[in-house]
Amino acid sequence: MSEALLSAQGIGKRFGSVVANEAVDLTLRAGEIHALLGENGAGKSTLVKILYGALLPDTGTISWEGQPVRLTSPAAARRLGIGMVFQHFSLFEALTVGENIALSLGGGERMKALGKRIAALSGQYGLPVDPDKVIADLSVGERQRVEVVRCLLQDPKLIILDEPTSVLTPQEAEELFGVLGRLAGEGRAILYISHRLEEVRRIAQRATVMRRGRVVGTCDPRTETTRTLARMMIGSDLTSVVAPVPPGESAPVRLAVRGLSLARGIPFGVDLEDISVEVRAGEVVGIAGVAGNGQNELFQALAGERGSMPPGTVEVDGKDAAGLGITERRRLGLAFVPEERLGHGVVPDMRLSQNVVLTRHRTDPELRRGVTINVDEARAVAARVVYRFGVRAGEDDPVAGALSGGNVQKFQVGREIDRRPAVLVINQPTWGIDAGAAVVVRQAIVDLARTGSAVLMISQDLDEIFEISDRVGVMADGRLTPLQPTAELTPEAIGLMMAGMNAAESPAPADAH
Amino acid sequence: MGIAESVVATIITASLPLLLAALGELVAERSGVLNLGVEGMMMMGAVAAFGIAFATGNGGLGVLAAVLAGMAMALLFAGVALGLAANQVAAGLALTLLGLGLAGPIGEGWVDRPGVKLPTLDVPVLSDLPFVGPLLFSQDPLFYLAVALTAGVAWFLFRTRPGLILRSVGDNPHSAYALGLPVLRIRLAAVLFGGACAGLAGAYLALVYTPIYNETMTGGRGWIALALVVFATWLPVRLAVGALLFGAASILQLHAQALGVGVPSQLLTAMPYLVTILVLVLISRNRVLLRSHTPASLGQPFVPER
Amino acid sequence: MRIEILKRPQNSPLMAVAAPLLAIGLTLITGAVIFVALGKDPLYGLYVFYVEPLTALWTIEELAVKAVPLILIALGLSLCYRANAWNIGAEGQFTLGAITGAIIPVYFPEWNSWMVLPLMLVMGAAGGLFWASIPAFLRVRFGASEILTSLMLVYVAQHFLDWLLRGPFRNPNGFNYGETRIFQEAARVPILIADTRVRIGLVIALVAVPLIWFLLRRTLAGFAVDVVGQAPRAARFGGFSRNKVIVGTFMASGAFAGLAGILEAAGPLGQLKPVLSPGYGFTAIIVAFVGRLNPVAIVFAGILIALSYLGGEAAQISLRLSEKMARVFQGVLLFYVLACNTLVHNRIRIVRSPRPASAPAAGSAVEVGNGNR
Repeated sequence: MSEALLSAQGIGKRFGSVVANEAVDLTLRAGEIHALLGENGAGKSTLVKILYGALLPDTGTISWEGQPVRLTSPAAARRLGIGMVFQHFSLFEALTVGENIALSLGGGERMKALGKRIAALSGQYGLPVDPDKVIADLSVGERQRVEVVRCLLQDPKLIILDEPTSVLTPQEAEELFGVLGRLAGEGRAILYISHRLEEVRRIAQRATVMRRGRVVGTCDPRTETTRTLARMMIGSDLTSVVAPVPPGESAPVRLAVRGLSLARGIPFGVDLEDISVEVRAGEVVGIAGVAGNGQNELFQALAGERGSMPPGTVEVDGKDAAGLGITERRRLGLAFVPEERLGHGVVPDMRLSQNVVLTRHRTDPELRRGVTINVDEARAVAARVVYRFGVRAGEDDPVAGALSGGNVQKFQVGREIDRRPAVLVINQPTWGIDAGAAVVVRQAIVDLARTGSAVLMISQDLDEIFEISDRVGVMADGRLTPLQPTAELTPEAIGLMMAGMNAAESPAPADAH
Repeated sequence: MGIAESVVATIITASLPLLLAALGELVAERSGVLNLGVEGMMMMGAVAAFGIAFATGNGGLGVLAAVLAGMAMALLFAGVALGLAANQVAAGLALTLLGLGLAGPIGEGWVDRPGVKLPTLDVPVLSDLPFVGPLLFSQDPLFYLAVALTAGVAWFLFRTRPGLILRSVGDNPHSAYALGLPVLRIRLAAVLFGGACAGLAGAYLALVYTPIYNETMTGGRGWIALALVVFATWLPVRLAVGALLFGAASILQLHAQALGVGVPSQLLTAMPYLVTILVLVLISRNRVLLRSHTPASLGQPFVPER
Repeated sequence: MRIEILKRPQNSPLMAVAAPLLAIGLTLITGAVIFVALGKDPLYGLYVFYVEPLTALWTIEELAVKAVPLILIALGLSLCYRANAWNIGAEGQFTLGAITGAIIPVYFPEWNSWMVLPLMLVMGAAGGLFWASIPAFLRVRFGASEILTSLMLVYVAQHFLDWLLRGPFRNPNGFNYGETRIFQEAARVPILIADTRVRIGLVIALVAVPLIWFLLRRTLAGFAVDVVGQAPRAARFGGFSRNKVIVGTFMASGAFAGLAGILEAAGPLGQLKPVLSPGYGFTAIIVAFVGRLNPVAIVFAGILIALSYLGGEAAQISLRLSEKMARVFQGVLLFYVLACNTLVHNRIRIVRSPRPASAPAAGSAVEVGNGNR
């Protein structure tokens, strides 16, 4: 093996009383794809920000090509040859692709010359981008290509990618892996952050595993199984979700969506086209798909956040809900858990009991006394949710913003399930939360369904879809495929459904729209 | 000058303080900062310009003082709204209330006194042209400065790299920060420019527009300038057109009063404010247009993560 | 050396109380500096401004007279600001309330029934409510900035009053002054305590305080106001209409300002004049923020700001300073209050190391809603 390109020794970083990194060692060599593994909250992001110059470590040293360096800013890191592709895109929506790329380069280059360089590079790696397009008009996959091209134009020796495939179809991910292989072949080092173990086993030659801010091991992932890797990450075997037998075809339909079409509400949204789905009592229906294909629009439409829809398009237990607002839909027995927790599902500066009032003030008569709020009852409900769903709260009835992401999610899922809703619509139930909390949430979803409720679960996480959904449909470009039993499908087949419909977008067979 | 010429000349004069103040605010808002303190900064500019020119007899020094006063006020705003990440709406209101408050005791002795006037500069040859000559080439220095600033701001924002950087900060300060751009310093510079321009607008009021000092010299022009920025959808050239329209509205009501049309003079005097409301309604109705032009981070405090 | 702001996971309750007090302290220090700069004895200056008005009975009466409109208007404004709706046109709503409230005494000067005053108060509140509903309507219907439209309507209201006073409302027995006739006895707000200038407006203001407190702390409507202000998306998710809250809070604050307007016209003034208030509608913005939008704290803030008005008058006599110094003090106080409020939401740290340059992953915005009020 070659000399170390980058070597970090004894990195430590604290935020107040929280230890984000402690005594972290990491060595990256030219030409290798190195995976950084760990759960949400294991300290990966902190470490990466330190390597990219965005954070200064409290302790430890970093050397680059054998020389000790101080990475005091992203610009300094870039000058050394460290490039970064962010998980949440760091692009400017109102600016063009060319302007976005120009901003990350030194300057002094004319737009025209830059355009030529972009074209040349995107041809070389098979990453088509149009410099004159405005970012806001691009799909998620296209945006990531822009990020990658932007990074490559700086001719980096080390490329850091943060969860790059979480927004891609399996096919798009394949293309990315191809590009990464070529880049490594050119002698560049790649630091690949992921919690998708299958992926890591396929493409990485080495892996560093982090847990609670520390490195717990380095291994060759090709010689490990996903099970052993998972155990290193989590520290113990995870209890898996217990999913009893799903109901038969005779179970009554509780949620029915029929031929729902809805024009986008915001300039860069997705139009919903002819969505139909039925969810029966006792089952979990999964909606798979790459982010930005209309899932959020579907959630908002079901929640009634988008105003009224043509009669008959949404029914709950045979009652028409299409003309109703969110409150009336809740009174019919619907319950909703949005993807975004702080600011959408809960108000961060309000206490848990107030957040109970937020969604249940019209469905639970005991929460009100005339026009006033029954504060004692709200506190009692909050305490019950905290107890039943194992929400770890530092104090009695804390403000929601003081909880960790996983605990907020357990709270907002618990808040709705505690109502025993007829139908639960949940968007990305375990996005960005730790594995322990994810198990609690998934188990709660399954348990709710098996008591006779219907659950519609929108998720980008294919593992999750396979773990707990009984039937699955795929969303692509605002349309939904017919549901199929999950047991009869493979991840590859679902990937094809995502991509098959994505392919119909481009050069266009006549029946595309 | 003929009647038409003099009417157009007064329209230009009435629109200039609006244009100057709005240009500065436009740049600040392009960086994502909403500074509602324009009225206050403008008033302090007027006070400083009048006072210094009065004391020294030199209009140029008055203009300089106005610029510095506007920037000092803007710095105060920046300290609270940028440095301490306070609510920008509240901080801007505070700036206006403070500026108008300070003007009281400082300018008390000058009320109703005539001040120093800025000289007129004739552009050789061009000023002899019929009609346009006296209107465009025989003006005070601040007129030429305003024209140059309008063109300069348009060029800066859309043709230079620093302008691109400024717009990127207004679009998404977090991404800009991730690229290593000093977001708060860029915003500070934009806010200071806004203060300087508001100061210039005040200087124009004190040294060109109003013959004598009075405490209500700004008369809500700072607020109208804020509305103008929205009307212009954050584009400098459209801003100049908007300023002329507003100038025309306020001048025509004066002429209407002089002609004694059968409408109460108070209604005519209230015209510029009513027009502002009307224009805001008309432009805001087109939400798609407005949303695609509004700097995405406008009014949101930015706290860098460290 | 530089200053860092770190977001607190949870607002500090200690700072919520300490911040306004700190701001007052800093204002006093700044005031002392200003006095020194003007060549006055700073301690004596502060004494004249903030203590002397409290030493005589008549000034304490005057304090109550000035605090009533400030408290009333600020209570209404606090509802708006909590909902993140920016009504800055209370001065205009005050003016319109005075105008509509004055219709009875202007046109029916002979009517001396007990009904006159209650009717006037209702009409005054309705006038302010109407004036405030215009920007609210333009905001929810067309998306026009309520900040600018409400402010523009202040000027319009002022010109409208001017027109009325020179036309329909002019005192027929007057000497062409722009004033109405003096209101008849039944149209005057009664004196609360005999031989003082304190009127029952004080009672109205003090009754409004617990009502607003109850509304905010205990009712679903008050909950809606806070949710809409703090997290508009979550409000919609909870089934609360942002538009209703904006219109509702604007109408409420307009009604309060209008009520303050007619209480002033039918109280201390006894007629309509071209200048009805020394800027109560604007100063009440300061009162609302100094009281941290809390109804009980607003009472103290209102008294404090009223005190600075009296201090200004006293300073004019004792120190030969402009009475307009009061507005300078008020502006400075508001600045300090906003600055100190940062401490409630954030921890401030002074760091001696060089600036480690920048950059979080994008999207890690700390800001949710308008956390930094």
